[in-house]
Amino acid sequence: MLRMSAGFKALALCFCFLALAACSKKSTPDLEAENGLGRAAVAGSEQQFKTEVGDTVFYLVDQSTLTPEGQETLRRQAAWLRQYSHVMIQVEGHADERGTREYNISLSARRATTTRNFLIAQGIEASRISTIAYGKERPAALCDAEQCWSQNRRTVTVITSGAKTS
Amino acid sequence: MTLKRVPDPRFLTAALAALIWLALLSPARSQGLEVDINKGQIDPLPIAITAFVGTSQDSAQAGADIAGVIANNLGRSGYFRPLPPESFIEQISNFDQEPRFGDWRQIQAKALVTGQAMMEGGRLKAQFILWDVGSQQKLAGFEFATSPSNWRRLAHLISDKIYETMTGVPGYFDTRIVFVSESGPKDKRIKKLAIMDQDGFNVRTLTDGRQLVLTPRFSPNSLEITYMDFGTGAPRVYLYNIETKQREIVGEFPNMSFSPRFSPDGQRVIMSMQEGGAANIFVMDLRSRRMQQLTNSDAINTAPSYSPDGSQIAFEVGGDNSQQIYVMNADGSNPRRISSGSGRYATPVWSPDGKYIAFTKQGGGRFAIGVMNPDGNGERILTEGFHNEGPTWAPNSRVIMFFRDEPGESGGPRLYSVDVSGYNEQLVKTPSFASDPAWSPLLN
Repeated sequence: MLRMSAGFKALALCFCFLALAACSKKSTPDLEAENGLGRAAVAGSEQQFKTEVGDTVFYLVDQSTLTPEGQETLRRQAAWLRQYSHVMIQVEGHADERGTREYNISLSARRATTTRNFLIAQGIEASRISTIAYGKERPAALCDAEQCWSQNRRTVTVITSGAKTS
Repeated sequence: MTLKRVPDPRFLTAALAALIWLALLSPARSQGLEVDINKGQIDPLPIAITAFVGTSQDSAQAGADIAGVIANNLGRSGYFRPLPPESFIEQISNFDQEPRFGDWRQIQAKALVTGQAMMEGGRLKAQFILWDVGSQQKLAGFEFATSPSNWRRLAHLISDKIYETMTGVPGYFDTRIVFVSESGPKDKRIKKLAIMDQDGFNVRTLTDGRQLVLTPRFSPNSLEITYMDFGTGAPRVYLYNIETKQREIVGEFPNMSFSPRFSPDGQRVIMSMQEGGAANIFVMDLRSRRMQQLTNSDAINTAPSYSPDGSQIAFEVGGDNSQQIYVMNADGSNPRRISSGSGRYATPVWSPDGKYIAFTKQGGGRFAIGVMNPDGNGERILTEGFHNEGPTWAPNSRVIMFFRDEPGESGGPRLYSVDVSGYNEQLVKTPSFASDPAWSPLLN
């Protein structure tokens, strides 16, 4: 019982902190929101890009064409990148583990190219976007089932410079 | 920068002097003691390999160790059944004396190996005789010498002689494997280039793991490796010289280059180059550094492998839920698809004798290793399961090594070998997880 009440106290503290963060949000731009850590991300920061814009786009099996959801994420990325025009990015291409090594290197390069070309079409200068293809070498999810493989078929837009520090 | 295409003299000093000591090879096979390796499933030949008699304490230990390595090699080949030394009735203590064949017949030995090891001028010398127990004839006898630290190579060379004498096919034991040694968690794997003897001993890492490295392959003289290295963010094809430890990029290209392999003459490296969504096959002459484009399509053209005569190239063409093996002439002309079964076909590798193309086949959520004729006929699956990938041939075209990945978060790839008949699958023990094996040619 004693332990429980201590837990409640911690929860209550946490809640206060969240409430404070919510208050401060009112004075920040629309793009900024709570990031789940109890504190809003700094506008133009890498943290904001990851948590509020979304740095990852998922692809279907052996495909390198964008899904509607993927296009939506990339439009948000492009909007953010237009706003923070000093930010340089690298698009990492990835493939799931259910392919052969060399093929997956190339498939992940295709995906990175698709993502990059979409951002360019959205008005981001080509010189701001480099790409790298990791094939199946850097899975994000590790179970041996479609629920993980689908998370590994992806591109991740990584900020290489120009972001605000949080 | 030019590349040396001549063997490094330091390597030559390490090479072994082999003398034909007794030239008694052919009578054996006319007398009926031989191993038929073309029968498919085989009845391994019972063979007794005795500890080589040492003329000193040092050489006695080496002699026993050499016998152990030979027994391991021959046993793993699947064509021999080395008899346990505990079962031996006769203890060989004098190499110059004829064995008591009755004692060896009694334990069902069909063949017998006796040997002698000695130190001579700082070098370790080993002599052996292969006996036909039934006819009491010498089938082969050779002598090899090397530096004492290199004693395992003596055992591999002797194993090759025994294998060749008994099967009529050259051996593959005096060879090395280059592979990728893996450590760390699955999502942050550390990958290092590593090299070892074909039996998994003498493992040595060549890179420190800071850069991601993939798909190493030997040059025909086994002195260099070509591989893909992510460097500090620009993945490219590199060369690594095993003796000088020098690393060198193969061409400063604007785009990613990958999936390299040497031409059979060692003068060129064939590889893929990515441009946007397409990967095409290029070949670079290592002396002139001239690059020639061999395919030109929007597809994924990768995993090129030369035929042993250098006249043709097998490769894979993929994209949009298809992956198939093609063969084209070395100048890029006349590409034709050879794979025709259902599923995806990848990583074609031509056998050193030119008779087969080994491949990875993917279908129904499983990965298999198989072989087919270069015209696409005669497809055979050798092993199949959750994930098998990346075949490489022993120089005698009888054994294939590949890697097998295990499911599970803590699982990882290991190396396996399998006879081209599909029998005798064997784990190749490595100190850590291992992938992307490539077999060297014979070293001697």
